Amino acid sequence: MKPRSKRLMLLGGAVALLIGAVALVLTAFQENLVFFHTPTEVAEGKAPTGRTFRIGGLVEPGSIKRAADGLTVQFAITDTAKVIPVTYKGSLPDLFSEGKGAVVQGKMGPDGQFAASEVLAKHDENYMPPEAQHAVDQAQKTAKTVKQ
Amino acid sequence: MIPELGHFSLILALILAFVQGVVPLIGASRNRLALMSVGRTAAQGQFLFIAFSFGCLTWSFINSDFTLQLAAGNSHSATPVIYKITGVWGNHEGSLLLWAMSLALWTVAVTVFSRNLPEIFMARVLGVLGLVSTGFLLFLLVTSNPFDRILPGAPEGRDLNPLLQDPGMIIHPPLLYMGYVGFSVAFAFAIAALLSGRMDAAWARWSRPWTTVAWVFLTAGIAIGSGWAYYELGWGGWWFWDPVENASFMPWLLGTALMHSLAVTEKRGAFRSWTVLLAIGAFSLSLMGTFLVRSGVLTSVHAFATDPARGLFVLALLVLVIGVSLTLFAWRAPTLAGGGSFGLVSREASLLGNNVLLSVACGSVLLGTLYPLFIDALNLGKISVGPPYFETVFVPLMTPVIVLMMIGPFVRWKGDDGNRILRKVGPGLIASVVLGIGAAFAIGHVTWRTALGLSLAAWVLIGSAQILWQRLADRQGAGSGSRLRGIPAAWWGMWFAHLGIGVFIIGVALVGSLNSQIQVKMLSGDTAQLAGYTFTFRGVSNAPGPNYAAARATIDVSRGGVTFATLTPEKRFYEAQGMPMTEASIDIGPLRDVYVNLGDQLEDGAWVVGLFYRPFISWIWFGCSLMALGGIFAASDRRYRRLAEREAPAGAARQAA
Repeated sequence: MKPRSKRLMLLGGAVALLIGAVALVLTAFQENLVFFHTPTEVAEGKAPTGRTFRIGGLVEPGSIKRAADGLTVQFAITDTAKVIPVTYKGSLPDLFSEGKGAVVQGKMGPDGQFAASEVLAKHDENYMPPEAQHAVDQAQKTAKTVKQ
Repeated sequence: MIPELGHFSLILALILAFVQGVVPLIGASRNRLALMSVGRTAAQGQFLFIAFSFGCLTWSFINSDFTLQLAAGNSHSATPVIYKITGVWGNHEGSLLLWAMSLALWTVAVTVFSRNLPEIFMARVLGVLGLVSTGFLLFLLVTSNPFDRILPGAPEGRDLNPLLQDPGMIIHPPLLYMGYVGFSVAFAFAIAALLSGRMDAAWARWSRPWTTVAWVFLTAGIAIGSGWAYYELGWGGWWFWDPVENASFMPWLLGTALMHSLAVTEKRGAFRSWTVLLAIGAFSLSLMGTFLVRSGVLTSVHAFATDPARGLFVLALLVLVIGVSLTLFAWRAPTLAGGGSFGLVSREASLLGNNVLLSVACGSVLLGTLYPLFIDALNLGKISVGPPYFETVFVPLMTPVIVLMMIGPFVRWKGDDGNRILRKVGPGLIASVVLGIGAAFAIGHVTWRTALGLSLAAWVLIGSAQILWQRLADRQGAGSGSRLRGIPAAWWGMWFAHLGIGVFIIGVALVGSLNSQIQVKMLSGDTAQLAGYTFTFRGVSNAPGPNYAAARATIDVSRGGVTFATLTPEKRFYEAQGMPMTEASIDIGPLRDVYVNLGDQLEDGAWVVGLFYRPFISWIWFGCSLMALGGIFAASDRRYRRLAEREAPAGAARQAA
């Protein structure tokens, strides 16, 4: 091979590799995006069915209940306007408690219960997950506009 | 009084940093030796003042001076002394001070260990480091002063976040910061080389040990962070693709590419522009990591309550650093053309493959980490990118990197015969695929992921043995002992680091395929089974700590009727923050970890207990240790010192001319 065609092949190989890799990355990316919805949006039916998404808000006071097996937990997430019931099986984060911010990830069940596969809570007493804060802010903004 | 001294000392450090950033650069451009030599003194002075300032802050924490806002917010009089000290960097302001101190420490190290650099080059390196330091010290003093007072002082502190009251806190942040900030040296060398327009093998040789040492710190820092998350967060996982983990992983990926690209630049003079870009990229990603962690824009374990002004400042600093360096690069790039040519099958080509893939991998992490931020900033909704994305992307991207990793060392520089290489590596490649698939059947977990992981691990182990054998066979004549001794440290560094990847993959593949866990409800005397182990719950007792109350469970673990461990997971309650915390208990073994955590108590008096079986998980950290060890060997190679000495007279001569 001439040096020139060798160089072209090398360049071509590197570019092909790059294109393949980028294509792979973008496909995987499309498939694994997790959208976030506020409880109000979920109640209005704006959340996708059959796809994983996140809900953020406050844990409704008095809503945490454990099932008879002691392991399945039921609670509700609220943005102060709407309330979404959630079931979760697994260990809850240490700072998960009633009236505090939390973000849950999972799918909407046919029974209207959100089946969470992951629960995120805050990590120190000052900190509120941005998604949870956002949901509450949205709901309060809407509430104000309605009152006016 | 002490905090005021610390504050004042920090201001003096800023002034010195500014002097260090400006005077030597002016000296270098006018070729004035007197101005150039100011850099060293200013750098050492700056370090002393920052260290003094850090000492003052630490003193205030140890003595529980709660008129200091930072101490009041992050310490408590009953906290053990060690966590009073680590509390200094368990918050935004203090951790930035640690950042600035690491930078000053690296700068002093450059003045000490690279004494033989030409004066003009040293002046530029110190100038660049001084400017970076000026930016950070300004950031500290303007937006995040650690010495702010509250009057009257708080009667009691609010304590350090309990999650951070752990031995991991003593070493994880300092190591990680030394790694992050260490890339500033590689960056400064690259910018100095751009300024001088002289980017040759000598520059790459000077830069290599610094880059490698920074990489060692970063590797160790990330590995310890991962181990800490494993036992502290209580989910039995070792990597969560959390944005802040990603923030440290991106500079690691690019830093790894940089180390390999520097090797090509040193040996063959090729890849010069690319090497410079990688040096700029690795440091920019370190800055971005700081931005991501400190701006609080992400939902993460590492997010503190934050202030947007700070994020904006770091963002501005980041834009400035990237903008100025890329402009400089664009201006100087035309002089960088050339370098050795190389064939399709050559060491250069295999390292090019490594660089392309590592950079794409880094880009994919960047996309997954930043995309949600962009979407949010543009008000298009809130999204997140979960671990499945990263896992899907990483396996196909890293597989060819690992395959290449064991082929590259056989290939000659400049050009080689493809058939010769194929004959050398072919048998090993086939053997490892057979072994990998066979092992997947043997452990009874036949998925393509497990088979691939085990094949890659076998490939690295077989390849390592073959490379060592080849190396010894190449030096015929001498006895095998002297042949072993004749191998330079840098070669051993490569060998150990690559072997470490193999060990790491064994851990990842096996823990990913064979792990299991259950959650059970247990009363005293109850037993539960997991993976052939029997767990017997012996009840819960009170176990008060210095600044917390705790319920401690006692759980016996037995296998085949023999009790071999008693685990004591705790549920702690930290009074000052009113915060509960789970403290897992682990029986660590070379082939498996048995991991237990304690959940809530139920109404009937039973406890929720999490039981985890984690086979081969310690191999993950053992692999990382081998990688770091390899880096230490590589950086300690004698030829760097010898070459530095040989370089010195030449540099002096150039100076005189």
